This record gives sequence, C-alpha cells and structure tokens, in this order.
Amino acid sequence: MPAIQSQVAEEVHPDVALVARAKQGDTAAFEQLVRQYERQIFRVAQHITQNREDAEDITQDAFFKAYEKLDQFQGNSKFSTWLVRIAVNESLMRLRKRKTSRTVSMDEDVRTEDGSIPRDFAEWRPNPEQLYGQGELGEILRKTIQGLPAGFRTVFTLRDVENLSTEETAEALGLSVPAVKSRLLRARLQLRERLSRYFRQTNEGANP
Amino acid sequence: MTCTEFLSKLDDYFDGKVDADLLAEVQAHVKKCSHCEVVMDTTRKTISIYRENEVYEFPEELRERLHAAIMKKCSKAKA
Repeated sequence: MPAIQSQVAEEVHPDVALVARAKQGDTAAFEQLVRQYERQIFRVAQHITQNREDAEDITQDAFFKAYEKLDQFQGNSKFSTWLVRIAVNESLMRLRKRKTSRTVSMDEDVRTEDGSIPRDFAEWRPNPEQLYGQGELGEILRKTIQGLPAGFRTVFTLRDVENLSTEETAEALGLSVPAVKSRLLRARLQLRERLSRYFRQTNEGANP
Repeated sequence: MTCTEFLSKLDDYFDGKVDADLLAEVQAHVKKCSHCEVVMDTTRKTISIYRENEVYEFPEELRERLHAAIMKKCSKAKA
C-alpha cells in the first residue's frame, strides 16, 4: 500500500541516516551534523551561560562528547535533542564552576515563587520592537533574560527560542513534562513582566 | 475558570493543544477578564520577540572558527 509506505518514510528524520553513517566512521556525515546544529548549540550555551567564551568552549566540548559517545546514542530520541542535552549539561556545569557561591541546578529555582504572578496589566504599545534600534533592542532582550534564574532561562530557551516541544525539552533537561510546563509558565511571565517596563503604554515615556 | 487555571492552560492554548470545550472556556475567561487578556497578549509578544530577534550574534567568522576547532578535535580523537 503506497500511501502507508510514504507515510512511514516521512517519519524517518534525515539525521537518522547521517548518524548511522557517522557511527560507521564517516567523518563527512558527522561534519554535516555539526554544520546543522552548531548555531543552535552555540545559542543554547550562550543563553544559559550568558558568556560568549564559555559558549564557544561548550559548543566544542558538546560536539566532541557527542562524537565520542555516538555509539551510546540509541536513537530513542532525536539526535538534536540528545545533542542539546549534552550542551545543557555542559552549560550548567560551567555555571556551577563560575558561581561558586550559588548552586545552579534545574531544581534550584522551584523555590523561587515570587516574580511569576502577573502584576503589570498595562498593554504594550503596537510594534514594541520598533521603539528601539536593533542594537538597543538586543541589549534589552539580553539584560532581561539574564535576570532570570538559570533553570527558567534554560527552559525558556529550549521551548521558545529553539522551538523544542514540551516533551523534547523534558527529555533534554531530564525533567518531567509538568515540571517543564510549570517552569516555562514562570519564565514567560517573569520575562513578560520585565519587558513591560520597556514596552508598556505609558504617558511617561518608554524607559523604566 | 479562575485566572490561575487560565494561566496554567496558556502553554497548551498557544500550542493549539486544547480541545473545543477548554478552548471555549479559555476564550470566555479572556472576554470577561481584561487582566488575563493583557497577560495573554503580552506573553505571546514576549515569546515572538525572543523567537524573531537574534539575541546573540553568531558571525560567520566565529562559526567557521568553531567548526574547524570541533572537526580538528574529533579527527585527533580518531587518530
């Protein structure tokens, strides 16, 4: 039945063949995987660590680890999710090393209850991005996400910046689906609240 | 539906993962609660701003340098 066959064929992710070739020692296949995901891995690492040098190191380390452990990749998840998981672990480890006085883990922020309940109910001005120049907007977005606890920042990055599904995010972070959902809600609400300072409709100007 | 229940459904609502009954409840809540309407609208904008703007640059020069470093490391490990 051709219809069913084509349906099955569509479900096989193109990475599967590349990973199979890479496992057999095909460096060109692995290089293609690197090319496909280096931008994403760098972005994830930079979002979590907020540090470009760390993100560069993590990107290299994550791909190297993936290369070394390729045999252990069973294909139960997408290759990209597996790779993101390695990069997230490397990033959190890096944060722990850097912030010796503070523990950094995916569990730490569960206790941070405040700052999630909406307080600002002002509407935003239309096309808020156009209120600022590209450089200034980037600065606002970086400063705002930097203020989030690492665990929230990580969930938001995977779900909303990288567009992973809730299930993929849970898998990449070793969290349950409800835990991802609860962190994502808080992360989104905290970011929204902070961005409102810049984008809300006021008579006093846009700056907080 | 309370405001707290509404917020807990926001993710599924954005993803289009709510069934018809729940969708009707969500829409009815937004209609009568202007606070939640604003929160929903500005949360949606928050997501799209982060999704559509490259917060961190990844210039071609950096990509090439990283790419070369990764492949060098891997080929050394193989040798």
